[in-house]
Amino acid sequence: MTSATHRSAERIGSTELGPRPLPPLAEPRAGRQPETVDTVLDNGLRVIAARHGAVPMVELRLRIPFAGEDPGHPARAEVLAETLLTGTRRRDRVRMDTDLAAVGGTLQATVDPERLSITGDALADGMETLLDVLTDALTEASYPEHEVSGERDRLVERITVARSQPRTIAREELQRHRYGDHPFVREVPQAADVAEVTAEQVRQLHREAVLPRGSTLVLVGDIDPERTVRTVRRMTSEWHSAEAARELPALPEVKGSDVRLVHREGAVQSQLRFSAQAVPRTDERYPALQIANLVFGGYFSSRLVENIREDKGYTYGAHSAFEFTPGNGTVLVDADTASEVTAAALLEIRYELGRFALVPPSVAEVESARQYAIGGLLTSTSSQSGLASTLMNVASVGLGQDWLSEHPERLRAVTREQVAEAARWYVPTAFTGIVVGDAEQLGEQLRGLGGVTLP
Amino acid sequence: MVEPQPHRVTLPNGLRVVLAPDAEPGSTEPGGPPVVGVSVHYDVGFRSEPEGRTGFAHLFEHLMFQGSESLEKLAHFRHVQGSGGIFNGSTHQDYTDYFQVLPSNALERALFLEADRMRAPRLTEENLRNQVDVVKEEIRLNVLNRPYGGFPWILLPPVLYSTFANAHNGYGDFTDLERATVDDCAAFFDTFYAPGNAVLTITGDIDVDQATDLVHKHFGDVPARSVPPRPSFAEPAPSGELRDRHRDPHAPLPAVALGYRLPDPVGELDEYLANVVLAAVLSDGDASRLQQRLVYRDSLVVDVQAGAGLMGAPLDARDPDTFTVTAIHSPEVATDRVIDAVDSELERLATEGPSAEELSRVTARWAAGLHRDHDRLVSRTLDLGSAELLHGRAELVGELPGRVAAVTAEEVASAAKALRPEARAVLEIEPTSESDGGTA
Repeated sequence: MTSATHRSAERIGSTELGPRPLPPLAEPRAGRQPETVDTVLDNGLRVIAARHGAVPMVELRLRIPFAGEDPGHPARAEVLAETLLTGTRRRDRVRMDTDLAAVGGTLQATVDPERLSITGDALADGMETLLDVLTDALTEASYPEHEVSGERDRLVERITVARSQPRTIAREELQRHRYGDHPFVREVPQAADVAEVTAEQVRQLHREAVLPRGSTLVLVGDIDPERTVRTVRRMTSEWHSAEAARELPALPEVKGSDVRLVHREGAVQSQLRFSAQAVPRTDERYPALQIANLVFGGYFSSRLVENIREDKGYTYGAHSAFEFTPGNGTVLVDADTASEVTAAALLEIRYELGRFALVPPSVAEVESARQYAIGGLLTSTSSQSGLASTLMNVASVGLGQDWLSEHPERLRAVTREQVAEAARWYVPTAFTGIVVGDAEQLGEQLRGLGGVTLP
Repeated sequence: MVEPQPHRVTLPNGLRVVLAPDAEPGSTEPGGPPVVGVSVHYDVGFRSEPEGRTGFAHLFEHLMFQGSESLEKLAHFRHVQGSGGIFNGSTHQDYTDYFQVLPSNALERALFLEADRMRAPRLTEENLRNQVDVVKEEIRLNVLNRPYGGFPWILLPPVLYSTFANAHNGYGDFTDLERATVDDCAAFFDTFYAPGNAVLTITGDIDVDQATDLVHKHFGDVPARSVPPRPSFAEPAPSGELRDRHRDPHAPLPAVALGYRLPDPVGELDEYLANVVLAAVLSDGDASRLQQRLVYRDSLVVDVQAGAGLMGAPLDARDPDTFTVTAIHSPEVATDRVIDAVDSELERLATEGPSAEELSRVTARWAAGLHRDHDRLVSRTLDLGSAELLHGRAELVGELPGRVAAVTAEEVASAAKALRPEARAVLEIEPTSESDGGTA
C-alpha cells in the first residue's frame, strides 16, 4: 500500500538493540493547593471561591437543588431552564448575550431531577458583569410570553430528538427499572406536558424554587478569593429566601434483579446498562471502593475493558462509574455492543462481576488503580474549569477543597484487603439492569442465557 | 498575560520538537500544576488513504496502541494510567495525533512510550482483527445506530467534492476495514510514520533543557526514513449547486447541511479567519444572526450552527477545507425555506457587513475561548502540535486572538459574499421511520 518497497511487519517490530527497559518515575513534585474561601452567606448561599491557574479567566458553577414531586414539575423546570436567561426588567435576550460577550463570557442553564445548574465563564476582569447578568436573572427573570412560547415549541421538538438517541432511551429505561416512579427518573420531560406549560407557571416555579438557601456557587480562576466572596455577598443581597431549595427525596436502595430487554426497532447495536447499590462519597469505605471500581471497569486498564474490548472486540467502550446524590451512591456499568455479540457480552460482564467479587485484585492491579486515582485528581483539577466542576461535584454532597486536598492521602492508605472487601459490592446478584436492542435478534440468545425478562 | 514563546528542536532523524513550558526558564512567576502534556502528530490523515482502504488511517491509529518492541499488548495503556495519566488518539483529514497528559514525574516514561511505537510497533494479525471489530463498534456507536450519525462530516463531503481523497468516508466501509491486511499496515507505517513526518510536542511543568535531553535519549535512535512528498488534494470548486439526500432511519426530524469551499487555511490565512469570524457572527450566541432569525424570529429551526472546518473546529486541515451551515428543522418547514433564510442573512451581511458591536463580541469571546483552551493541557498540547504541523508555526496559536481581532467588517462582508448558492453543496437528511420503536 502506497510504498512500493517496505519492510515486513516482523522487521518493523524489532530492532538490533531489542526491547528496552521502562524508565522509572521521577520524584513527584507536589502541587500547590489553591487558596480557597468556603463560606455560607446570610441568604443561605454557600460560596466557594478559589484562586487557581495562570490564565486570566474565571469559571462559574451554580447548583440550586431543584427537586419536585409533582408530575408536571419536570416540564415546568425544563422550560424555566431554557428561558431563565431570556429576559429581565433590565435586559432582553440579546442584551444578556451582548453584555456577556463584552467580557468574553457565557452562561448556560440546565436542569435535571436533582438540580438547576448554571455554568459560565468570563475574562477574570469581567467577573462583576458575569455576576450581574446572573443575579439579574436569579432575582428578576421575567419569562416574557413570546420567549416562553417559543422555547416551549422548540423543546417539544428537541425532546423528540433526545428520545431518538439510544443513550437517552437506555438511561430512561434503566432509571425506571431501578427506581420505578421516584422523581429521580424524570430526566427528559414528556412533550405533552411541556406543550401545556404557561409563562405564569414558570414564574411561580421560579419564586418557589430558585432559592439561595441550600444552593452553592463556585468561582475558580485568576481571582482574589476574599474579595470575590465580598463581591458575591454584595451582588446577591437581593436574592434571599426563608426556605431552602428542595433536595431530592431519598432514593430507595438498588436491589439485584433480572435484566429487562427493551425492544428498539432497527437497532444494529445494543445498550447494556447495569446498576448496583454502592456507598456515598462521604463514606469511609469510598476510597477503597473507588480503587476497586477502577480495577473492575473504571478505566481503560480494567478487567472489563481488557476482556470485552481488547480481547473480544465486542465493544468500543465499556465503563463502570459512580453516581452520587446527597446521602447515596450507586455504581453504573455500561457497554454498547453489536446485536450479534450482545448475549456473549452479557455473559462476559456477568463473568467479570463474579470473578471480581471472588478473586481479589492483585497487588499490581491495586497499585495501578491507586496511581491513576491520585494522578487523575491532579490532571482533572489542573485547569480552572476542571477544578470548578470537581469542587461543585464534591460540594453537592457536602464536601469541599479540604476533602480534595486530603484525598490522595486517603487513597494511599487503602489496603489490598480493603479493596478486596469493596469488590464484594460487585457480586452479580447485586446488579439489576436493562438491555436496549432489537428483541427479534436478541430474544432467543438472552432467553437461553437466563436472568433476562423479555418484552 | 504574555504567551511564552514555544521552543523548537529538530533531531537529526527529522523529528520536529516543540517545547512549551508553563514558565520561562529562570522566571520568578510560579509554575503551573505538576502536570505535563506530550503529543505526537503524524502528517497523514484519512485523505491519504488509498481507494479500497477507506477508514485505514483511523484503523491504523488504533493499532499504534497495540504494543511495540518493548511493550506487550495492553502495556501502553497500563503504563500511562498506572503513572496517573490519560491518553488518546484521533484521526483527522490531514493528520493523526496521539497524546498523554500525566503527572510531571512521568515525563520520561511518556517519551519512552511514544518513541517505542515510533521506532518499532508490533503489527500483528491478531491485534488487527481485534481492532477491526472495535472500530466497527465505534462506527455503529457514532454513525449507524444513532440519529444524524456522520452528519455532516461523513455525509456532506461526497456531495461537495469529487475526488476520492476529499469525498470518501474517513471512518470507512465495513468491507474495506475487513479487507485490511498486516502488510497494508507495514506499508502504511513505513510510508507515513517516519520521524521526519512527525511533530512531538511537550508542554506544562517541564524544564526545557532537561526535556530536550530526554527527547534525544529516547527518539535519537529512531532511524531516519524518507518522507513522502505531500500530495495536493486541490480540486476545482463546484460550478453549480450540488444536491443530495440521505435517508436516516433513526432521525425524528429533517435536517440540512450546506457546504462551501473555504480559502486556503495556510496560504490565505487572513481570508480564512474572516470566515471564522463570519461563522461566529452567524451562529455563536443568542444574539447572533442565524439564531435570531431562524430560531427566535421565524421559528424555522430547532437548532442551527455555522462553522469553518468539517470536523467542528477551524484550522484543523489544509486546503481544501469546508464551511458548513447545519440545521435541524420541523417537518412542517420546507427545507428551502431554511436555506432561503440563511441566504438572505448572508446577503444582508455581504451588503452591510457586521456591526462594530458584533465584531467586538466575537473578538472578546475568541480571546476568552483561547485562554480556556490553553488552560486545559490537552488542548494546549494538541493545538500547538497541529499548528506546527499544518502551518509550520506553533506560535500561530498565541497570535490568533490578535489576528481575529484585526478582521474588519469589510472582510467579513467579502467572506459572506463568497458563500454563493451556485457553488455549494446541499445535503438533506430525510427521516425514514415514523416512530423510533417500542419505547415511547
